[in-house]
Amino acid sequence: MANTNSQHSGHGSSGHGGHHIIPFQIYIKVAAALIVLTFATVFFHWLHLGALAAPVAFLIAAVKAALVMLFFMGLKYDDKLNQVIFGCGFFFLLVLFGFSALDIWTRIKEISTL
Amino acid sequence: MGTTTATHSGEINYINEFKGLKSWFTSLDHKRIGLMYMISVMFFFLLGGLAALLLRLELLKPGGQFLTPDQYNQVLTYHGAIMVFMVIIPGIPAVLGNFFLPLHIGAKDVAFPRLNLASWYVFMFGALLAASTMFTSKIDTGWTFYTPYSIKTGTAVVTMVLAAFIMGMSSILTGLNFIVTVHKLRAPGMTMHRMPLFVWALYSTAILQVLATPVLGITLLLLVAERTLGVGIFDPALGGDPVLFQHFFWFYSHPAVYIMILPAMGVVSELITTFSKKTIFGYTAIAYSSLGIAGVSFFVWGHHMFVSGQSEIAGIVFSFITMLVGVPTAIKMFNWLATLYKGSISFQSPMLYAMGFMFLFAIGGVTGIMLAVLATDVHFHDTYFVVAHFHYVMVGGTLMALMGGFYYWFPKMFGKMYNESLARLTFIFIFVGFNVTFFPQFILGAMGMPRRYFDYIPAYQSLNAISTVGSWLIGTGFLLSLYVLVQGLRKGEKAPANPWGSKTLEWTVPSPPIHTNFEVDPIVKAGPYEYK
Repeated sequence: MANTNSQHSGHGSSGHGGHHIIPFQIYIKVAAALIVLTFATVFFHWLHLGALAAPVAFLIAAVKAALVMLFFMGLKYDDKLNQVIFGCGFFFLLVLFGFSALDIWTRIKEISTL
Repeated sequence: MGTTTATHSGEINYINEFKGLKSWFTSLDHKRIGLMYMISVMFFFLLGGLAALLLRLELLKPGGQFLTPDQYNQVLTYHGAIMVFMVIIPGIPAVLGNFFLPLHIGAKDVAFPRLNLASWYVFMFGALLAASTMFTSKIDTGWTFYTPYSIKTGTAVVTMVLAAFIMGMSSILTGLNFIVTVHKLRAPGMTMHRMPLFVWALYSTAILQVLATPVLGITLLLLVAERTLGVGIFDPALGGDPVLFQHFFWFYSHPAVYIMILPAMGVVSELITTFSKKTIFGYTAIAYSSLGIAGVSFFVWGHHMFVSGQSEIAGIVFSFITMLVGVPTAIKMFNWLATLYKGSISFQSPMLYAMGFMFLFAIGGVTGIMLAVLATDVHFHDTYFVVAHFHYVMVGGTLMALMGGFYYWFPKMFGKMYNESLARLTFIFIFVGFNVTFFPQFILGAMGMPRRYFDYIPAYQSLNAISTVGSWLIGTGFLLSLYVLVQGLRKGEKAPANPWGSKTLEWTVPSPPIHTNFEVDPIVKAGPYEYK
């Protein structure tokens, strides 16, 4: 049913031609990077960075998520529209973190007696 | 809309082509799935409505009547959770959206029909889990599950939260389906700027469903983790931050307000132009204002938290951004008014509901400004003013549009006409009853009556009594609507293909449509509202 319709979807379709084959070596390198970054997360936890602990953990997690999306999910070679859609998701995640952080930091300043 | 008109297909249609319950429960037809959502939503609306009537009856006089304070809290939670998660959020997108989105864009079905059916099953699983939890266990957190109370209460928070998580999953799947359908299945010639405004509204809603709902899901899972594993996220005793829960919760739940209202605005756009017999004024502005509302809605959640302990700076920022919501909303209102100007207006029942929407939503919107301003919100927060405000938006807005859309598309959905005089009478009962119920609550709120309490001081009694009588009028209106529906189905005259003289694609096919919607694939040659 859906296939029949997609044949005449013309204007709405933004289809992309062939499926990009990612070399096996890249998969191996990305997997290695993910493992190294996992160890890095544990390492920085042991360092007890205080206020920096959460931002550093988030930064490493963001890099790992980006690697998975770009290579394992093939976003690097995908349609621009799909990249924009993924970007929107991350943008709104930043909005959530940003405004929540604004509240927490300014709240601490407002009520702190130090 | 200029199209190649489909030929009439005789009496075979999507309702009678396949027979038996199994053909319904395994159907991939978006129209049948829309009807299954409709029956589900009507059932839950009955439950939520009965809970509302119980609450109002309890509040008829000060002092306990027939509920204990704990029972009052539980019935309040039933009403809120059922109406939000099982009625208003799925109401228009899942019922009218499922039925009409493919018809509006000239498609035979949604992009992923199996996923569509799965969405209904997932929704029903979550909804029945929630309903059974509510009626077999006690749940007294309200629909917001605020911490730290939701962490400490001994009631069945975990099951209820998981049910909300599951229903959220269904919402995401529906949103994904609609986005892909709009992008991939439009008929030849159906450019984005020739789509009916209802489709634009559904598209904007779908973006919100996909982007915001996962945050609610994760938040609820964090709550479960805290309750079951003792992970310190929201509980101050464990090093957590209860205000953080409110940030996460409202990051979803404020856009959820627009998940509820945007499709309603889409329905109203269709009704205003059809029953004014006039090309809609400012098509592009209305279409993009839907996207504008969806975008802005992600930046304003903090206005629910002005007195939560949130910092003053954050409060000021959120208050300022909240004012921006008024811009795209006003664009819609003024364009609808301009469409009415010099139109050939006919006040049939769907149009009455559209007018009711504009009137009530305007009151809901304007009173929202008072709640968005820090200085006044401190006074109004957690009073009946807030209750009145959000009922004017949710019921006066979404439910009015749902009823209007239902009466508008009833002939297309079932191939029958209904009793127009009785339908108008339902509007009178619901509209009058609504104002009698909720307008006094603005005054009660301004007088300082707090919400969510099962008792109140005698000074508030007369207005509470008026409010309770209003709830009976609303109940009568909805019961009468049920009668109109049943009578129309049983004895209604056969509906013509286009009883209202509308211009959008669904009216070019027989009533009710055939299983595959169009016998001949439509080719769109003009915009959706080419009246004059």
